[in-house]
Amino acid sequence: MKTITKMFTALGLAVALFAAPAHASGGGQKNAEDYDFSFEGPFGKFDRAQLQRGWQVFKEVCSNCHSLKYIRFRNLTEPGGPELPVEAVKKIAAEYEISGEVNDEGEPITRPGRLSDAIPAPYPNEQAAKAANNNALPPDLSLIVKAREGWYYPWYISPFIKLFKGNGGAEYVRSLIAGYEDPPHGEEKEGLNYNPYFPGHWIAMPPPLAGEDVEYADGTKPTLIQEATDVAAFLAWASMPKMEERKRVGLMTLLYLGVFALLMLMVKKSLWSRVEH
Amino acid sequence: MTTKVENADVSRRDFLYIATGAVGAVGTALAIWPFIDQMNPDASVLALASTEFDLAPLEEGQGVTIKWRGKPVFIRHRTPKEIEEAKKTPLAELKDPIARNLNLPPDAEATDENRVKDANGKVNEKYLVQIGICTHLGCVPLGEQGDYDGWFCPCHGSHYDSAGRIRKGPAPRNLDIPPYKYTSDTVIVIG
Amino acid sequence: MSGHSTYEFKNPIARWVDERLPILSVVRGQLVDFPTPRNLNYWWTFGGILATMLVIQILTGIVLVMHFTPHTSMAFDSVEHIMRDVNWGWLLRWMHANGASFFFIAVYIHIFRGLYYGSYKAPREILWMIGVIIFIAMMATAFMGYVLPWGQMSYWGAVVITNLFSAIPVVGDQIVQWLWGGFSVANPTLQRFFSLHYLLPFVLAALVFLHVWALHVTGNNNPDGIEVKSEQDTLPFHPYYTMKDLFAILVFLMVYAAFVFYSPWYLGHSINFAPANPLSTPAHIVPEWYFLPFYAMLRAIPDKLGGVIVMFSSLIILFFLPWLDTSKVKSLKYRPLARQFFWLLVIVCLVLGIAGAQPAQGAWLLVARLATAWYFIHFLVILPLLGFIEKPKPIPASISEAVLGKAKA
Repeated sequence: MKTITKMFTALGLAVALFAAPAHASGGGQKNAEDYDFSFEGPFGKFDRAQLQRGWQVFKEVCSNCHSLKYIRFRNLTEPGGPELPVEAVKKIAAEYEISGEVNDEGEPITRPGRLSDAIPAPYPNEQAAKAANNNALPPDLSLIVKAREGWYYPWYISPFIKLFKGNGGAEYVRSLIAGYEDPPHGEEKEGLNYNPYFPGHWIAMPPPLAGEDVEYADGTKPTLIQEATDVAAFLAWASMPKMEERKRVGLMTLLYLGVFALLMLMVKKSLWSRVEH
Repeated sequence: MTTKVENADVSRRDFLYIATGAVGAVGTALAIWPFIDQMNPDASVLALASTEFDLAPLEEGQGVTIKWRGKPVFIRHRTPKEIEEAKKTPLAELKDPIARNLNLPPDAEATDENRVKDANGKVNEKYLVQIGICTHLGCVPLGEQGDYDGWFCPCHGSHYDSAGRIRKGPAPRNLDIPPYKYTSDTVIVIG
Repeated sequence: MSGHSTYEFKNPIARWVDERLPILSVVRGQLVDFPTPRNLNYWWTFGGILATMLVIQILTGIVLVMHFTPHTSMAFDSVEHIMRDVNWGWLLRWMHANGASFFFIAVYIHIFRGLYYGSYKAPREILWMIGVIIFIAMMATAFMGYVLPWGQMSYWGAVVITNLFSAIPVVGDQIVQWLWGGFSVANPTLQRFFSLHYLLPFVLAALVFLHVWALHVTGNNNPDGIEVKSEQDTLPFHPYYTMKDLFAILVFLMVYAAFVFYSPWYLGHSINFAPANPLSTPAHIVPEWYFLPFYAMLRAIPDKLGGVIVMFSSLIILFFLPWLDTSKVKSLKYRPLARQFFWLLVIVCLVLGIAGAQPAQGAWLLVARLATAWYFIHFLVILPLLGFIEKPKPIPASISEAVLGKAKA
């Protein structure tokens, strides 16, 4: 048993050491501000009200430039997400015009959105999106929280931070949105904005939120940081809509494996106690 | 004395082995489930939109085939003659006396009226909406053919009448009526 | 040890089958009664763990293929479809992705266990060499698998690794075009990688069969490195080692499950959640962690062809290990000096792994060069010399003596 404890300590250490550099990265960015989202940790869940507020911010502000192509309207009603009522989402969907279909005469038509439709993109294609945004493509946000990292610690700390705090994608989004600053030394760059959290500091997106951009139905005060936090949580859900199910099944699996392993250990001991080894 | 202790030992050991084996078996069975369930229709398939269809452009005696959930759906504007024939066919002559209309209880009779009833109970006998899959082995029957002024399946020779009911041939059931409802006098939503 | 047992089955059906196809007596002889040294420690359970991981990878892989679309325009979307819509798709995908990492964790431990206890020495040279082939096949499989989701790191990993072949003089560019099926990594590349990624695991399974066959001809090595001399030295494989292996497999699976369920992309790269973009390379591209030591060697050499040669040599050299190590003693338990060099090699490999992830410049480049040099010195100089210099500790006469000696102490 001692050997095995030693073995797995070594194993864990080796994994951590190896994973370390894989995450390390340079560039002089500022670490995202740490924030304890409700969905962090092995038992963390999304805060429904927060996801609903975040969806409102996305819908009313972000979606003017950004698509969210892997989210379908029905996802907004599914368990583990914002869990909006089906009828309400049907109405929201119907407000959108879905194009891309043709009628019997072969002419392109539009129709009101349905639950099964993906949330329509603001621009018909990449070129149009670039042309409308100073030649910078607003990225799709469906996976943005998983695709971005928030921490820039040295390689020998980073793996441990990431093991406990994750990649910091949601924190990055939150800090970025609320973190625009005046550039140091009054420097200016054509069509770019200064943001210490952005890799390279100069970002094409102008500050998307200023506070009071939306009116929350639940009475939460829409300050800049509140909106940024809510939309970061919403986008975290959009990146990992199955997170709650994953953690739930994970807990059952680990408990099961633990019990089974313990029984196997007893079986093994009872067998080996009879022989010299 | 010693044998007794040994026996107790042995039975405790046996219990441990059996318990461990049982836990392992249950776990294996549970672990297999995701591998099976992944082949079931996924969320995007289940959520597939219902299909809307405007009946107004259909002229009398005209039928069209549209696709719903990947299956052909026959929509036919029946002629008065076809309706008349279907209505006067006694139930006793039918091979399958059940309506097979998913909008009705599973034991509804195969009257002509029951074949054209929507989910809200609305009856419009001019329009017959049915899934165009032969209940024998899944071929698509041909319209305006067969011995009963209805459909004929060329694969194995099943004849359906003008209400889509099986009359002759190997098919066991009437053509299925999909779930649908009228949203206005001439527009239906299937699914 | 070879051949099948002469066991007479009592069940008439079993006997009837076995007389016609002795599959039951082979199973009985090789997997039940198989005499196994009684002193194996937990490091020997990694063979069983590896077999388990191979099965998990093949099973999850087969079902993922039912939903994945190997086309550049749809690969990324189909992976997201698996993650979001397919029943249990997220579980199957994360099992497969993390399964690759844990497969490598197990194989590295298995390899270093072989190095420590001298499992590559006569009469197990072929067994070892098949193992090296398995390792190389695993790397090829993992590399092509990582390309399939068609994210940024998938794409640029494929570009960099396939470009290794352009270092070959004269025909290099021709070979790269042949690998790509075009003038860049594109749809033909993705489709052939998919085909091969599906094929190779079955080749792996066949190689594993040969590996086990070779093992069952010579029998297991053991922590004392003494060959089995009498029946006293052994225990039947079942139930002693089946149950011990099962326990170790479950503990390993717990660590694996912790990652699958709670940190499923910890071992991957965030940027791979951005779809492949052939027009823009991410700022910092690194291979998956299990390739990092080799990547460090590649970059340590300031010459393109030289780097490629050094990297592949680090694997090729392993084929010659049975003859490079001149010592007659197998287990490092009885080789105090070699033991120290072993741990130095472990550290050097870890350092190479870390260096492989750092930008190839400055101090890290120097570290990578020194570590690369030491890797080759270890195998080409230290191991051959040690056999002559080192004075091994006294070795017990037999396994049973070693075991009983321990029991007394």
